[in-house]
Amino acid sequence: MDHETCVEIESDADMVAARAAGRALAERLGFSRTDGTLIATAISEVARNILVHAGCGEILLHDVHERDRHGIVVVARDCGPGIQSVELALQDGWGSSGGLGLGLPGARRLMDEFTIESVPGDGTTVTMKKWRARDPLERLRREREQREQVWA
Amino acid sequence: MSVPILKQGDYLIASIQSALSDSEVLELRDDLAERVGQFRARGIVVDVTALDVIDSFAARALRTIGSTAKLRGAETVLVGIQPDVAMAMVQFELDLQPLHTALDLEEGLAVLRRTARGGDDDGP
Repeated sequence: MDHETCVEIESDADMVAARAAGRALAERLGFSRTDGTLIATAISEVARNILVHAGCGEILLHDVHERDRHGIVVVARDCGPGIQSVELALQDGWGSSGGLGLGLPGARRLMDEFTIESVPGDGTTVTMKKWRARDPLERLRREREQREQVWA
Repeated sequence: MSVPILKQGDYLIASIQSALSDSEVLELRDDLAERVGQFRARGIVVDVTALDVIDSFAARALRTIGSTAKLRGAETVLVGIQPDVAMAMVQFELDLQPLHTALDLEEGLAVLRRTARGGDDDGP
């Protein structure tokens, strides 16, 4: 993990900042412009969820690296009332605050991994990941470096 | 920052200049609903070229702009949706019915003129 950003979410202007931070990190990690927009859109939805259901919270962004892929991790945390039924919250059309209930299901479709942990009375944490395949040349170079280290 | 709304002939042109917060999107929605009557506009072009994302909230507000204007006798065309934003909207499964869409401002105005003549080829 080389990059870590935290954006406090207290007003709707902070949502714009969180989207920009997500897009900037995605670009630094080599994601395409389209992936950057998918990530920013998903961040927008989870940030709004924080504002509407909890009033305030934070969005943490960081990178993750595996042998064949790079990833961006978005963690949206709040200390609100929690979600009664996570399963229901992920169904299209469900929503308790006058929204159309499209936010979380939509964000899930935009990302590769999506999990919600919620304890009634003790807040909600949404964790989302998006991956991109590691460039083959990038991987070969890294493998060679590792071999050289073993021989040295 | 509020979105400037210009009047050109029978049309209103709202040109979004930067990423918008939710409250700015709602302000634009309400401004347009009011100005349609004030300027007796027959059509609205909303230029979203500078919008960084169109998520569920923005899509709903934009659809409301279209429906409200229609009830007040004006058609609405959305122009300038960026390719990456369009891709995100498809994956999200958002749609913009009952809005018209066009590539850019020029095309948008052409759509409004065609609609005014009664040809509704581009509309839903």
